[in-house]
Amino acid sequence: MTQLWRPAASLENLRRRAEILASVRRFFAERGVLEVETPVLIGSAAADPNLASFSVPYSGPGAPASGRLWLQTSPEFAMKRLLAAGSGCIYQICRVFRPDERGRRHNPEFTMLEWYRLGYDHHRLMAEVTELVSVILGPRPVEVLSYREAFRRFAAIDPFQCATAELKARAAAQSIPLPALADDDRDGWLDLLFSELVSPRLGQGTFSYVCDFPASQAALARLRMDGEVEVAERFELFIDGMEIANGYHELTDPAEQRRRFERERARRQAAGQPESGVDERLLAALAAGLPACAGVALGLDRLVMVAVGASHIDEVMAFPIERC
Amino acid sequence: MATYSTNEFKAGLKIMLDGEPYAIVENEFVKPGKGQAFNRVKVRNLKTGRVIDRTFKSGDTVEAADVVEVEMQYLYNDGSQWYFMDPNTYEQIGADRTAMEEALPWIKEQDMCTVVLYNGQPLSVTPPNFVNLRIVETDPGVRGDTSSGGTKPAKLETGAVVRVPLFVPEGEVIRVDTRTGEYVSRVKE
Repeated sequence: MTQLWRPAASLENLRRRAEILASVRRFFAERGVLEVETPVLIGSAAADPNLASFSVPYSGPGAPASGRLWLQTSPEFAMKRLLAAGSGCIYQICRVFRPDERGRRHNPEFTMLEWYRLGYDHHRLMAEVTELVSVILGPRPVEVLSYREAFRRFAAIDPFQCATAELKARAAAQSIPLPALADDDRDGWLDLLFSELVSPRLGQGTFSYVCDFPASQAALARLRMDGEVEVAERFELFIDGMEIANGYHELTDPAEQRRRFERERARRQAAGQPESGVDERLLAALAAGLPACAGVALGLDRLVMVAVGASHIDEVMAFPIERC
Repeated sequence: MATYSTNEFKAGLKIMLDGEPYAIVENEFVKPGKGQAFNRVKVRNLKTGRVIDRTFKSGDTVEAADVVEVEMQYLYNDGSQWYFMDPNTYEQIGADRTAMEEALPWIKEQDMCTVVLYNGQPLSVTPPNFVNLRIVETDPGVRGDTSSGGTKPAKLETGAVVRVPLFVPEGEVIRVDTRTGEYVSRVKE
C-alpha cells in the first residue's frame, strides 16, 4: 500500500505505449486525416442508458444555467459537429470517462481513439481499422461475422428469430449463472449470451469483426433491412476475445436521431436513472447536414494490452483509478 | 439493513445470498461496449466452504452479511462447546464442533484465534498461522542426521500428526504452519 506513488505499468510498457501513440498519429498523417481536439467538459450527459457520466459542478465564467457540466463518455457528438461544419475526415485521441466501470479491462478514465471517414460505409471502415491494427500488432487473418452468424456459431441460437424466453433457457442450459434480468429484457439476455459464449471466442489468432447488430442495439448507426429483419450497420472488433473497437455507418437523419434520444430518455426514466438532457447542438448540426460517413471508437489502452500481452489494463496505464 | 452495490464488490466482502452468508472470492466486471454490464463473481459459502459462481447485473444491490472477524482467546472445552474470550470486553462465547473444524487440530488453551461471528454466533475459527506444539509420540530420532531429507510421522499434544525430519525426537517442541500443516522448525525452550 505504501507503493501507490509508483506507476502500475512497467516503464517498458509505457515506452511501448508512447510508440503506439506515435504510430497512430503517423498512420493518420499519411492518410491526410486531420487531428482535432474537442472539450472533455460537455454540456449534456451521455443519453445511452448503459452509460453513466461524471458530473462536474461549475459556476465560473461561461457556466450554463444548470451550474453543472459533464465529463465526456465519448467525443462523438462534438466530432460530428465538426464534420457538419465541413472539417473533412478527422481523428482524435482523448480521455473519456465512465464511472462504475472498473475491472481487468476497464478503468473509469481511459484513452479513446476515434475517427470519421467521409463517404465510407462500415465495411470500408473495417478495412481501415484492420490496416491500423496490423501496423501496431502485425498482420492476422480477418474474420467478419454478422451478429446472427456469431450467435448461431457460438451460442447455437438465432438472435433475431428466437423468443426472449429461449435466450434465458439457452443461458441456463449452458450453466451460466443467471443474473436478475427481467424476463422480457431481450437485449439484456442477448448481452449476457454475447459476453459469456460469443465474445470470448472471437479474435483468437484473428482480427474478428461482428457486424449488423439488432436494430435495438443500433446506438448511432444506420438501419437497413436484411431479408425480413432490420439490422444496424454497426460493427465491433475483437482481438484475443477482447472488444477493441465499435463503429457505425453513421446515422445522419436528425428526426431519427431525435426519436432515438427520446427512446433513451424514456428508458433512463423507467430505470430510475438521472436524466441526461438532449444535445440540441448535435441535432442542429445534423439538421445543417452531416455528410455521409462512417466512424469508429477504439480503446487505445486495450490495443496496447494486446501489443504487450497484458492481461490487466493496469499493466499499460501509469496511474489507474486507485493510484490517481 | 446494510446493502452493497456491485460497485463495492471486491474479494473478501461478506454478502447474503439465498439467506446464507457468503464471502466474495473473485469479482470480474464484464461489459459489452454498448450494452448491459455484469459482475461475474465467485463466492464462498461461509458455512459450508463451497464456492459457487454468480452473475449480477451491474448496479444491483445485495444485502450485507452481518459477519465480523474478532481476535479471541481460546479458554477451554466442556465436551460439546469450545469457549473463547474477547480480550477487550472479557465477553465469552461458545463455538460448536462444526465451527472448530479447522482450528481443532492446532490450538491449545490461551492461543489467540480469529473467530468469524455471523449474527453474533461463531461460524468458524481460524487458528494462528504458526503454533508451537510438543511431540508426544514419534519413532526414535536418528541423531546427527540433519541432511538426508527423510521424514517421519509425529503425533502432537493436540492429537494432530505432522511429518517431521528424522532427527527430531519425542518430547521436542516444534513450530507448525497451520495453513499447510507442515513442520517449520524446532523451538528452543
